[in-house]
Amino acid sequence: MDTLDLVWIDVGALDAVPRQGARVVKTAKGDLAIFRTLDDAVFAIDDRCPHKGGPLSQGIVHGHAVTCPLHNWVIDLDSGEAAAPDRGCVRRVPARLEDGRILILAS
Amino acid sequence: MNIYAPGRERLIVIGNGMAGMRTVEELLKRNPGRYDITVFGAEPHVNYDRIMLSSVLAGEKALDQIVINAREWYDRNGIALRTNDPIVAIDRAAKTVTAASGLVEPYDRLLLATGSRPLAPSIPGLHLPGVCAFRDIADVETMISASQRHKRAIVIGGGLLGLEAANGLSKRGMRVAVVHLMDTLMERQLDPEAARLLQRELDERGINFFTNGQTDEVLGTDRVEGVRLADGREIPGDLVVMAIGIRPNIDLARSAGLLVNRGVAVGDDMRTSDPCIFAVGECVEHRSKTYGLVAPIWEMAKVCADHLAGGEDTVSDYVGTVLATRLKVTGIDLFSAGDFTGDETTEEIVFRDPARQIYKRLVVREDRLVGVVLYGDARDGAWYFQLMGTAEPLGELRDAIIFGQAFAGGKEADPAALVAALPAEAQICGCNGVCKGAIMAGIAEHKLTTLEGVRAHTKASASCGSCTSQVEQLLVLALGEGYAKPAGVKPLCKCTSLGHDQVRAEILAQALKSIPAVMQALGWANDDGCHVCRPALNFYLLVAWPGVYRDDAQSRFVNERMHANIQKDGTYSVVPRMWGGLTSAKELRAIADVVDKFDIPTVKVTGGQRIDLLGVKREQLPAVWRDLNAAGMVSGHAYGKALRTVKTCVGSEWCRFGTQDSTAMGVALEKMSWGSWHPHKVKLAVSGCPRNCAEATIKDFGVIAVESGWELHAGGNGGIKVRVTDFLCKVETEAEVLEYCAAFLQLYREEARYLERTAPWIERVGIEHVRERVVADAESRQALNRRFLDSQRFFQDDPWAEDAPSAPASGAFRTLATVE
Ligand code: SRM
Ligand SMILES: Cc1cc2nc3c(=O)[nH]c(=O)nc-3n(C[C@H](O)[C@H](O)[C@H](O)COP(=O)(O)OP(=O)(O)OC[C@H]3O[C@@H](n4cnc5c(N)ncnc54)[C@H](O)[C@@H]3O)c2cc1C
Ligand code: SF4
Ligand code: FES
Repeated sequence: MDTLDLVWIDVGALDAVPRQGARVVKTAKGDLAIFRTLDDAVFAIDDRCPHKGGPLSQGIVHGHAVTCPLHNWVIDLDSGEAAAPDRGCVRRVPARLEDGRILILAS
Repeated sequence: MNIYAPGRERLIVIGNGMAGMRTVEELLKRNPGRYDITVFGAEPHVNYDRIMLSSVLAGEKALDQIVINAREWYDRNGIALRTNDPIVAIDRAAKTVTAASGLVEPYDRLLLATGSRPLAPSIPGLHLPGVCAFRDIADVETMISASQRHKRAIVIGGGLLGLEAANGLSKRGMRVAVVHLMDTLMERQLDPEAARLLQRELDERGINFFTNGQTDEVLGTDRVEGVRLADGREIPGDLVVMAIGIRPNIDLARSAGLLVNRGVAVGDDMRTSDPCIFAVGECVEHRSKTYGLVAPIWEMAKVCADHLAGGEDTVSDYVGTVLATRLKVTGIDLFSAGDFTGDETTEEIVFRDPARQIYKRLVVREDRLVGVVLYGDARDGAWYFQLMGTAEPLGELRDAIIFGQAFAGGKEADPAALVAALPAEAQICGCNGVCKGAIMAGIAEHKLTTLEGVRAHTKASASCGSCTSQVEQLLVLALGEGYAKPAGVKPLCKCTSLGHDQVRAEILAQALKSIPAVMQALGWANDDGCHVCRPALNFYLLVAWPGVYRDDAQSRFVNERMHANIQKDGTYSVVPRMWGGLTSAKELRAIADVVDKFDIPTVKVTGGQRIDLLGVKREQLPAVWRDLNAAGMVSGHAYGKALRTVKTCVGSEWCRFGTQDSTAMGVALEKMSWGSWHPHKVKLAVSGCPRNCAEATIKDFGVIAVESGWELHAGGNGGIKVRVTDFLCKVETEAEVLEYCAAFLQLYREEARYLERTAPWIERVGIEHVRERVVADAESRQALNRRFLDSQRFFQDDPWAEDAPSAPASGAFRTLATVE
């Protein structure tokens, strides 16, 4: 894809998401979880655990990872992969910060 | 050989290891004067406990603690010990052995106990400094010194040995990767499900796994720098431990012309193909089997000693050993034995408790137990192993066997009672084959009072140590409270090596008042911890510093953050408080209105005497609460490690048997204690007479009214493992009930570990301790009561009201944005 075609969508202020926390963005493809880690990095992944669909946005955030609230799978926010020995992957959506606003890439 | 000749026969032992010296010990017991004994050992040490190298590596034992026989023992028994001097040749015609030092010694009988060698794959790079095996003291010294200078270790092999190496290195502060050829760990001892639980637990302790990993090359120029796998993955590392298996050490026997296959071939009498030469231990092959654990070795040693001590007509046969395996990693409870894979002729009985990470699989063939795998709770290992050994038909036992001896035997589920109930012939120590009767006899005969004493005299728990708790229970059984036990510590989580109690003590000692402060002061491995430690620390801090510590919502499990129980579809359930189980038309009407207004799919009466609204969407929660609040209802904390319900019966107000107003008492207790946070959930109940309709004797704190006052009971549990309360004391007034209850709850809050309910806490500390602090010592009780009430000033508010729709915190319930 030509980079000029990339469209970043503003989904809210960084301040609207607590550190070590997450908020939900509704999209046509289902809920997207927007994470803010301790070091103020932001991530966007599907709000559905690869295990049994648990809402990852409601999990405990530690490092660049979240623990699913239903059965404690640990999902890596950088890669979207479940930590071993569990296997599975969550769809990631590129996200970045600009002037205190969270932007995600439209697809 | 002429047994009438003057002078003694000469016995030479090749190998100063576990099998050789155990055989000599057994021989000395039977016939101490028969031989002049000379022992040649390749290692520069006296006889030590190889099994315990894992504990030395993990820092749990020092080298001098694993010596089995010191020099003094050899001297006392007239044994000539030549360490650091391996035998290089046997001349069977001349009946002599030649040592590396050049010494030539004649023998009448020879005992081969050369053990085994670590397997080395044929891959490049094994010669590099920083590559070692895990077999002897030298290897452990290599690993310990590497751990002091380097950061990353790679263990090749995910079997018993490899995992114990990985655990030890990780406890020494190294980042450890384990490369394993197979899909699951310890595949020869564990079925895939238990293996997965084990892998997850080790993973949580920070060990990384590369399963299906074939190591192709050890990388590095002057020193090892890592390994490359067949699929191209490269893992960096400064230490590589090869633990892919062992091979019997047979070179010497082969060049002496003895019959060898995989190991040195021996008959049931432990003789090799040369009748003057015996062999024992890992170097032998018996009935086409070789062994890599000590239990069979001890049996071989006895048979071999019978033959060495007796004449040619001795009858004593070694017939092989059924093996049981335990993993010596502190805090991991794992047991496997027999044929646990099963086939079309077997049936399986499986028990899973994912919440407590317990898994048990029993394999039954023709009504007999033939295999077992236990993970998470291996207390019944010895019992199952014994059932396998006797091979009796299970009969009626079959229905309950999976729940363990306590349940199946109809006895109390208390480990002490369990051990007490075992028959004298039940095997306690699998490594050394010591049964309960032998241990009890040893304790009585030698007046033993310590674990070390039992180990020295009976060998029980002297090898791998996993039967330690049972041996301790036998000590308690024999000595009563006269036995004081030493304690080991399980780390709180993979971020720290400190246990719960240590962390709590430091929080107070160093006045640590926030999660980051704790993590920094105590050297946490990860910047913001993990989902295991953060909720625990949050709780410890709010108990230590009520009113000062600021609760960290992000460190709470979702239910406590959302003040509602998450359901499997991501919706929530809402349970308003109904004081003592009482409700009214107004409350019921408000509930009905809420159900209609928000279209709530399910309404259910709970087991806790109140009403559950299930299937509420996250966005609806604040509005649902607002409407319930408006009718005077508050959160029931059905979601929290907190005070849950106070169940009551109707009591003297209506019931013809009621002795006191149990309902009002329950309401008063709930009004006092609601909103309080605890290590785990807490449930109370008050019954109006001993018929006990409120089931008070399976509650954390139960009150039963009698004519002359109130009986107080504590530590009950109606959940996974039912436990009846212990009787605490009897009091006369309602005010006393409140005071004792508050004191009890505060003691639990201050002393129990996070996620430990009152039942296991009391099992651990003993009801006497609670009685002392809450009943006997009035000052202590009043102080606890005061601290509880003081803390309640800060915590007794309704989280639903705080998160009403208008509150800023309610962002958690709303959607951040909607994009098309
Ligand atoms: C709703 C209720 C069942 C019902 O429909 O009646 C219930 C529902 C749940 N129980 Fe329970 N328990 C309920 C009464 C009980 C009782 C009976 C009682 O309290 O008298 C017990 C046995 C008594 C006891 O605790 O000793 C009980 C023993 C458990 C256990 C096992 C606890 C244990 O120590 O072994 C769990 C698992 C846990 O806590 O880890 C559990 C866990 C759960 C959870 C929280 C499971 C979960 O994590 O999702 C369920 C939440 C459902 C929800 O979202 O509402 N529930 N649960 C009851 C709520 C009572 C209330 O009003 O708050
Ligand atoms: C780290 C570790 C943990 C273990 N954990 C367990 C456990 O939990 N449970 C369990 O049941 N088993 C365990 N084992 C296995 C157990 O230690 C062995 O089964 C047992 O030590 C074997 O005894 P052995 O006498 O046959 O061999 P060894 O104890 O190895 O003794 C053989 C000795 O012979 C010496 N030798 C070899 N060749 C010569 C020669 N030519 N001349 C002179 N001396 C020679 C060797 O140097 C060695 O000292 C563990 C092993 C290790 C390494
Ligand atoms: S506990 Fe006793 S008083 Fe209470 S309802 Fe039951 S029978 Fe009646
Ligand atoms: S749904 Fe996420 S761990 Fe089960």
